[in-house]
Amino acid sequence: MEKRVTFRGWLLPILLIAPQIVISLIFFFYPAAQAVWQSLFIPDPFGLSARFVGLGNFEFLLSDPFYRASFFTTALFSILVTAFAMVPALFLAVLADRLIKGSSVYRTMLIWPYAVAPAIAGVLWLFMFNTRVGLASWYLGQFGYDWNHVLNGGEAMGLVVLASAWGRISYNFLFFFAALQAVPRSVIEAAAIDGAHFWRRFFTIVLPLISPTTFFLLVVNVVYAFFETFGIIHTITAGGPQQSTTILVYKVFADGFVGQDLGSSSAQSVILLFVVGLLTVIQFKYIEKRVHY
Amino acid sequence: MANVVLKDIIKRFGSVQVIHGIDVSIADGEFIVIVGPSGCGKSTLLRMVAGLETVSSGDIFIGDEAVKDKEPMERDIAMVFQNYALYPHMSVRQNMAYGLKIAGVPKDEIRQKVDEAARLLELTLLLDRKPRQLSGGQRQRVAMGRALVREPKVFLFDEPLSNLDAKLRVQMRLEIKELQNKLGITSLYVTHDQVEAMTMADRMIVMNEGVAEQIGTPLDVYEMPRTLFAAQFIGSPAMNIFDARVEKGQVRLGKIALGKTKCKTGAVKLGIRPEHFIPAKQGKLKVKLKIAEPLGANTLIYGEVADTNLPIVISLAGVHQIDGNNDIMGFSVDKAHIHLFDAPSGKRLAD
Ligand SMILES: Nc1ncnc2c1ncn2[C@@H]1O[C@H](COP(=O)(O)OP(=O)(O)OP(=O)(O)O)[C@@H](O)[C@H]1O
Ligand SMILES: [Mg+2]
Repeated sequence: MEKRVTFRGWLLPILLIAPQIVISLIFFFYPAAQAVWQSLFIPDPFGLSARFVGLGNFEFLLSDPFYRASFFTTALFSILVTAFAMVPALFLAVLADRLIKGSSVYRTMLIWPYAVAPAIAGVLWLFMFNTRVGLASWYLGQFGYDWNHVLNGGEAMGLVVLASAWGRISYNFLFFFAALQAVPRSVIEAAAIDGAHFWRRFFTIVLPLISPTTFFLLVVNVVYAFFETFGIIHTITAGGPQQSTTILVYKVFADGFVGQDLGSSSAQSVILLFVVGLLTVIQFKYIEKRVHY
Repeated sequence: MANVVLKDIIKRFGSVQVIHGIDVSIADGEFIVIVGPSGCGKSTLLRMVAGLETVSSGDIFIGDEAVKDKEPMERDIAMVFQNYALYPHMSVRQNMAYGLKIAGVPKDEIRQKVDEAARLLELTLLLDRKPRQLSGGQRQRVAMGRALVREPKVFLFDEPLSNLDAKLRVQMRLEIKELQNKLGITSLYVTHDQVEAMTMADRMIVMNEGVAEQIGTPLDVYEMPRTLFAAQFIGSPAMNIFDARVEKGQVRLGKIALGKTKCKTGAVKLGIRPEHFIPAKQGKLKVKLKIAEPLGANTLIYGEVADTNLPIVISLAGVHQIDGNNDIMGFSVDKAHIHLFDAPSGKRLAD
């Protein structure tokens, strides 16, 4: 059942959507267009002149092993962050849903991590895992594990994934919790009477019924992993060691603003734009089909 | 199939007690209707039998087996919910097959059982639809189908017809009763509709505020209500209740003597059903007529007992008109149709 408001005339609707359109034009389309334009040039180091190279920047990028490695890093990073942000959140939400009383205290506590700014969260985790004075790395040392994310790429990846996913758990938790609460009690009871034990009910009834929320969170978390983890990566690893945590967005920054290679950086932005567009289309086209609204 | 025994069932939610000791023994294949006003604890009682609600004290036996501490799935029962509680993401066929699949029934057998149930309930053409593509009555039937494919020991119904329109309700009422007759599965059926209770029940439990006021066949309850509450709740329009007195072995309503009784002298509640007044010129009961409501087969007459302002409802067969206002008409009442209840406790007094 669709609820639609119908307007007479066209002025009011235009006025109503105008702010959104203006904002999109100024902050999205204009920079995007500029990035596309810049990606066709190689500027000189002082930014005084630019040489038109056509698709040269793209050609160079796609044959650059570092850039291709960054693609792989990004994929790994987003999958890990999304998984670590969503699975524990769902698990906690299921627990909270079972225990109705006291859940408001529990919920409030779970929201705290979300209130911590990404860069601060990054510093927090950095301190804990500091190779010399960190609490967590000291404990790991007690167990005979020599933690050093500054030198070890895998550990660096683990740390940024942890730091990025951690704050999102509370956000995802809230959505999962609300979705679980919205599953009609009698449907669960009917399944219990039909003989389904808790986990069976969870996988055959609850999970399909909350799939719209799961889908929404999947999109949101992937976008987060792509774009909003910059602060965390910047404070913890700055993309290192040896670019092992340099995701595409970080590389745009590193090459453009640190390396001063604006042409390449713009080309990377354009590629990123396509990747995200593609991802979104895939998500809506293929995953949404399996979602039960 | 099994008998069901409830022994002194008590239910508390925190410190609030909502069921105050219910004892009932239900025979194998019996259709029991639990009827009562909203909030009296009908659903709670049913849910305790289902295992969806814990029992605070007392015992429940299904087929002579104590089930109080068993999970719903171990009780071999099926339940039809008021809102049907169908699985929204599954087709009708999947809805009905869910329980069988969990029970590990082989695929061919599931298919065969679901097809059979669908035929019985005329759902064959709807098997591939999702619940949201069905009408209320069809959903109700799917819920029934889901319950009966499992061939449980006991059927539990919680107001399964209350979301349907009046006509469909009558039809489904008959269908459920017919089906239960055919299958012979012990059933507990909750409703607040006394017509459903009267027409469907082998025996009914009239509940009020967590207490079973009366347990008996519909005619028992109608003819011999054990309490004032049962008397007023069953029957439509409701029984007339007057404050009366017993004096010198006579029941007196004001100055009118209505007949002999063995009850001892004092204040009583007098109950007379609207349909038990007989028009009679010399009848002792004079009624000032106010409004007539012709319903076709019968007419409801609202008035006052003359010389008092006690309201009274009378139901007469056929069509009657009252011309002028405040006509006085005489009625007599058969002594057998006079019910007396103890004034403070509401218990029926021996006649
Ligand atoms: N989970 C609960 N916690 C506390 N009180 C409850 C709970 N469930 C029911 N009650 C109370 O128990 C009493 C009986 O409720 P119940 O649902 O059994 O009524 P009902 O007879 O089914 O009424 P209705 O016809 O409106 O469905 C009510 O007073 C209700 O407020
Ligand atoms: Mg109820």
